[in-house]
Amino acid sequence: MSATETLLEVKGLTKHFALHADIYSRLAGEKAQMLKAVDGIDFHIRRGETLGLVGESGCGKSTTARLVTRLIEPTSGEVKLRGENLLAFSSSRMKEARKEIQLVFQDPYSSLNPRKTVMQILSRPMEIHGLAKSWTEKRGRVLELLRRVGLGVEHIDRYPHEFSGGQRQRIAIARALSVDPDLVIGDEPVSALDVSIQAQILNLFRDLQEQLGLTYLFIAHDLSVIRHISDRVAVMYVGKIVETGPAAAIFENPLHPYTKALLAAVPEADPDKPPPKLTLKGEISTPIDPPPGCRLCGRCPRETAICSQDAPPLVEVGGDRQVACHNL
Amino acid sequence: MAEPVLALDDLTVRFRLRRGELTAVDGVSFTVHRGETFGLVGESGSGKSVTARSIMRLIPEPPGEIPRGRIDFEGRDVLGLNDAEMRALRGRRIAMVFQEPMSALNPVFTVSAQISDALRTNLGLSKQEARERVVELLALVGIPSPRKRLDSYVHEFSGGMRQRVMLAMALSCNPTFLIADEPTTALDVTIQATILELITSMIERFGMSLIFITHNLGVVAHACDTIGVMYASHLVELGSKREIFRNPQHPYTVGLLNSIPRLDTQAKYLTPITGTVCNMMDPPQGCKFHPRCAHAMEICKREIPPMREVAPGHHAACHLHGRQ
Repeated sequence: MSATETLLEVKGLTKHFALHADIYSRLAGEKAQMLKAVDGIDFHIRRGETLGLVGESGCGKSTTARLVTRLIEPTSGEVKLRGENLLAFSSSRMKEARKEIQLVFQDPYSSLNPRKTVMQILSRPMEIHGLAKSWTEKRGRVLELLRRVGLGVEHIDRYPHEFSGGQRQRIAIARALSVDPDLVIGDEPVSALDVSIQAQILNLFRDLQEQLGLTYLFIAHDLSVIRHISDRVAVMYVGKIVETGPAAAIFENPLHPYTKALLAAVPEADPDKPPPKLTLKGEISTPIDPPPGCRLCGRCPRETAICSQDAPPLVEVGGDRQVACHNL
Repeated sequence: MAEPVLALDDLTVRFRLRRGELTAVDGVSFTVHRGETFGLVGESGSGKSVTARSIMRLIPEPPGEIPRGRIDFEGRDVLGLNDAEMRALRGRRIAMVFQEPMSALNPVFTVSAQISDALRTNLGLSKQEARERVVELLALVGIPSPRKRLDSYVHEFSGGMRQRVMLAMALSCNPTFLIADEPTTALDVTIQATILELITSMIERFGMSLIFITHNLGVVAHACDTIGVMYASHLVELGSKREIFRNPQHPYTVGLLNSIPRLDTQAKYLTPITGTVCNMMDPPQGCKFHPRCAHAMEICKREIPPMREVAPGHHAACHLHGRQ
């Protein structure tokens, strides 16, 4: 296995939701408004690396996570795991593939079943995928998982409500690891945690990646978290990826006007840094029936005539970076 | 230094719950001067919001009670005021901006109706005068075409615009003191930047004092003059922004600053604070932070450290600074 092997490749991934005004217009077959949650995005993740997906609420980050895991079906596009298109898989084939892609959700209070013990929560995926035969084997594996995420044997028979938020997120991570996946998708996995606990969980993600050779798709809205955890970063704005590239390059020298604006708006925990500023006009654009052209139209300081006519494609700009802007 | 406007002295707030007694705020003292912005920082459950609500006397009694302490606002103890005196204070002297505009604003009244309500009750304006004043206020907080938005409902506004409406309502009766409880926490970072700018400019323009409650150290680093750090119901450190960020003295403050991932560099590992925050129904003896503290000594397990001055105007409650 070479270090640069592509584990996941996403091409032209699109999800449009039809918004009907009411049931009558739906029955009458009237044309619905289209909410273009994800609108033709391309990205890839190499084995063993972390791709950070960052953007503001409603930009399509979580929809992307759900599409990649086929929790919802895309409108069009391809999701290739080691070169094979997941979207063409039969349901039995998909079940096999689900072992390899696991999700960790944002809210550890709603993503764990309150009526199941830790043992039940962590052994269920093994049962579904036939990974452990006997009770002893299951218990052994659950103990091993708990140890990996920094919990112990004393926690195995407890219920989720007996744990703090950080500990619950450790259980959610252990559950994702229970089927020995290659790719772990974290959908805002540290957003609900206090900063001192957030640091513990970020370190845990880092340790697990080292020990198990995991590949991460890490979704967050917090730019400093993304900077910390990612090897490469993809910045999303209203259903489109506007910039991708190595984390250090993007944070030190952002090229897309949206990436620049996003970084300038972050208040850094240092009184000597410049105060946060918004360099864009207005508020986030709507994904409902967006006009043709660049999604940043009307807000962008670099806007020219072409911007409102053609959507800029994501183009290579050297140094493993891609940017979607007409006016670089 | 300008004159003190608000002084909390040994404020203690307790809740009698079915499961037992919970001390949410324990012996908190600090002073806010005229024109000053005071940042109250801490993680969830540390007592920041309860402190703020006590100042406005918004703690329901029972189950809450304030067994000890004083809250002096412009020379009068707020805790000794009756309901009518309190109503005269709320909105007109001290106003509050809450975290969740969607739940703090009324969904069944138009924006104009709810802001007018305060104007008519507090300032005795007529219906038409109040409506005109609402237009001015909406324009002031940067809502585009305010006259058209007067009869809109809260759900017709975006998150950032709702927070502007909240701010317009808070400013409606010309208060001299503003309490903002996590006003930007529910907002995206670009919207947060505009709301922060707006609050800062309003404070300067009207010469108000501000208590800014947040868990985000980045926000206080830019929005505040003075910072108080809370941990598990106690104020553990108090000082100027520069002192807190450049010369933190309490191990919790140090731990908090080390836990934040940075935007300008990439470290492989962060330095978190070990363990988890104590159970507030059954807090440890002595310093509440000692089970998580790398410097914990015997005395920390027995005695709650008092606030001591560690540098001019910079106080910390830690036994490390107690031994002469």
